[in-house]
Amino acid sequence: MSPSVRLQEMIRVIRSARTQGEERGVIQRECAAIRAQFRQADNGGRSHNLAKLLYVHMLGYPAHFGQMECVRLIASPRYSEKRVGYLGAMMLLDEKQDASLLITNSIKNDLSHSSQYVQSLALCTLACMGSAEMCRDLAPEIDRLLRASNSYIKKKAALCAVHIVRKVPELGELFTPAARSLLSEKNHGVLHGAVVLITELCERNPETLEQFRKTVPDLVQIMKGLVTTGYSPEHNVAGISDPFLQVRILRLLRILGRNNDAASDAMNDLLAQVATNTDSSKTAGSAVLYETVLTVMDIKSESGLRVLAVNILGRFLLNNDRNIRYISMTSLQKIVVTDHNAVQRHRGTIVDCLKDPDASVKRRALELSLALVSAVNIRSMMKELLLFLSSCPPELKAQAACGIFNAAGGDVRDETVPNLIQLITTASDLHCYTVHKLYRALITDISQQSLVQVACWCIGEYGDLLLRGECDEIEPVQVSEDDVLDALETVLQSHMSSPATRGFALTATMKLSTRITDNVDRIRSIVSIYGSCIDVELQQRAVEYNALFKKYDHMRYATSCTENLNKKSSFCFPFVCGLLKVCDLLDLLGGSEEPPQPGPILGSTAPGPASTAGGDLLDLLGGLETPETPETPALTPAPTLTVYEKNGVTLKLHCHKQSETGLTVTLTASNSSDWDMSSFTLQAAVPKVRLPPNPVYMLISHK
Amino acid sequence: MMRFLLLFSRQGRLRLQKWFTPTPEREKKKIIRDMTTMVLARKPRSCNFLHWRDLKIVYKRYASLYFCLALEDQDNELLALEILHRYVELLDKYFGNVCELDIIFNFEKAYFILDEFLMGGEIQETSKQIVNRSIEASDMLQETMEEYMSKPAF
Repeated sequence: MSPSVRLQEMIRVIRSARTQGEERGVIQRECAAIRAQFRQADNGGRSHNLAKLLYVHMLGYPAHFGQMECVRLIASPRYSEKRVGYLGAMMLLDEKQDASLLITNSIKNDLSHSSQYVQSLALCTLACMGSAEMCRDLAPEIDRLLRASNSYIKKKAALCAVHIVRKVPELGELFTPAARSLLSEKNHGVLHGAVVLITELCERNPETLEQFRKTVPDLVQIMKGLVTTGYSPEHNVAGISDPFLQVRILRLLRILGRNNDAASDAMNDLLAQVATNTDSSKTAGSAVLYETVLTVMDIKSESGLRVLAVNILGRFLLNNDRNIRYISMTSLQKIVVTDHNAVQRHRGTIVDCLKDPDASVKRRALELSLALVSAVNIRSMMKELLLFLSSCPPELKAQAACGIFNAAGGDVRDETVPNLIQLITTASDLHCYTVHKLYRALITDISQQSLVQVACWCIGEYGDLLLRGECDEIEPVQVSEDDVLDALETVLQSHMSSPATRGFALTATMKLSTRITDNVDRIRSIVSIYGSCIDVELQQRAVEYNALFKKYDHMRYATSCTENLNKKSSFCFPFVCGLLKVCDLLDLLGGSEEPPQPGPILGSTAPGPASTAGGDLLDLLGGLETPETPETPALTPAPTLTVYEKNGVTLKLHCHKQSETGLTVTLTASNSSDWDMSSFTLQAAVPKVRLPPNPVYMLISHK
Repeated sequence: MMRFLLLFSRQGRLRLQKWFTPTPEREKKKIIRDMTTMVLARKPRSCNFLHWRDLKIVYKRYASLYFCLALEDQDNELLALEILHRYVELLDKYFGNVCELDIIFNFEKAYFILDEFLMGGEIQETSKQIVNRSIEASDMLQETMEEYMSKPAF
């Protein structure tokens, strides 16, 4: 009878449940039974019950009540119970659980057990979930096992030591002598464990690193043995003798040879030998070659060897295997800064990879292509990159466009800025990524006007996403409000910034006033400084924004809504400022008793039109100019005014006097496009000045 | 070092999970969700490497099971493919033409084999024969002990 029948029976029952509810029912019953069994005395089925619980745990159900049972089973003298007990400990206990401390004693005892398989269980569990406490407790035991045991235990003890060093780095010194002596072992498992241990020790302690540099000749010897040896059936993988060990040794050599001429010299010949003799037709060989290339590029190798390494990567680029192409591009990315010319030689192949159907490969190819753009090849590169941009998947578009901008520098035509902004607006899930990337580009270099303009616009629009700091696709960097304002101020003050760029920066600063909380005063002061700027456009903007701050603070939020950028100026503000001007004038003239009619300010995409209050006043003033509104006609005292016409949406204001004290303003919105328009919202901002004596009716007709 | 190893089916059901660093339960569940979503969304002939947070994810499909390994920055991805392949070979030798059902009904054995091959996020034994022999010997020990105690194991 197969020993696992009862466990397998339960698994079968669970799997035959047709619905989630049914499964839950079965599992609840089983768990109840298991719990009852745990409470009973030893009935010979303990390991069986725990195994069932572990299965249930893997399905995602809670199993914490099994923790104590694990502790009990580990202490049992039966091997089968220990085996499941330790497995349970690795699955259910981690260093944060209190129960984990209780098994320390059992582990200690089992480390000296007569059976190596019991020792092995203890070592495995310690290496998996040993806390710092447990590690400190048991380190001397591990050291003992490292020196005097058979190879089966030694290799496990070595990896256990690695875990201990990771948890409690100070204990590294304890293992250093033993690690050194393990290098003379013949057994590959022990050798591998020793190499991993030495790598860990060297990475954590520079003095230990110095000590282990002396082992470079031994490591070279071992590698030579592996590379030149004939077919060894025990370790052979696709013609390579123990690629796992070879890769680890190469990695250790990398660490030992870094920044050290003597060590690098000692390994030069070996690396050349591995690079030329390794057969890369299968993955195993490619893995070894890959590691060799990484090592060559990282140590102080001679130039011939470096060229050889880059050529290997170039060969990888032509490989049929997609994984290998991907790997080679990742490596080339790392070395493109230091060995630019060598990588340039493979530019053609890299650009070809832009057409690869695989998304990961495309992404890598894009990053690498952007890094390879130089003054010499910019024409052909731009052609390829623009071709790529037109056909690339949407998630790469933002990155490609940013890269092109970065590369193109100042030679970008004016229309590209609003077009790019349009593009960015439509890619709403990329806003976070875009603003992060553009911010970083901005703080590095503010000489490229178009890029700076786009970056300022994005920061103004999506500043809250930038300040929140998290972004999925790139490494998070904490950006504070001061940082952002610093960046914008730098643009404002720099002599490299054109007037248009300054305008962008000022508007962005203004928009940020509604998206940040702490530095509003700073924004106010920036804005008011520019109120006396020589540049007329800048001055005008600054004055208008200042007015928003002072008198119409409550409207600041409404007007800082998301907007479309048409030409150079922002749409919203001039209209509102037009409204403000009207209000000011009304005040001045001690005008009609009724307050300025609230102008409807549309929430989503349309700017707020200015309302006309009293045709007479406008007559008096001979019409009012709204600054920089290329799209709208100048306000005339006509009763019907089309204030917005775009994308099929037309907004008309119709004013007519109803009585001496009342004015009716009708807003007519019409949709002449083929599509239905939804989410049309009307928001009216009413200044907290005076409440009208008569109610204000706003008649709206939808079409 | 390797951070975790997950085996899941094409429907996203978890068949094996090995965590090489202490991770809270909630975090484990989230990671499993993320991995299954990301890997199952990949097209059939894509590259086997992904980027996720600061880790490199290497995955390979064997019949109806996806094997998913998370690596740190310094680890060799191509070697990781070999590691996954080696594990499958070990399972195959043990069960004889291994399939997903073997791993479902004998999950604890799959763990025992894994624990002879990898430990603490590193490779423990590079020889297939030695791993196989160790497993056989452990099983033998279990059976003899059981016969001696004359009580069934599971």
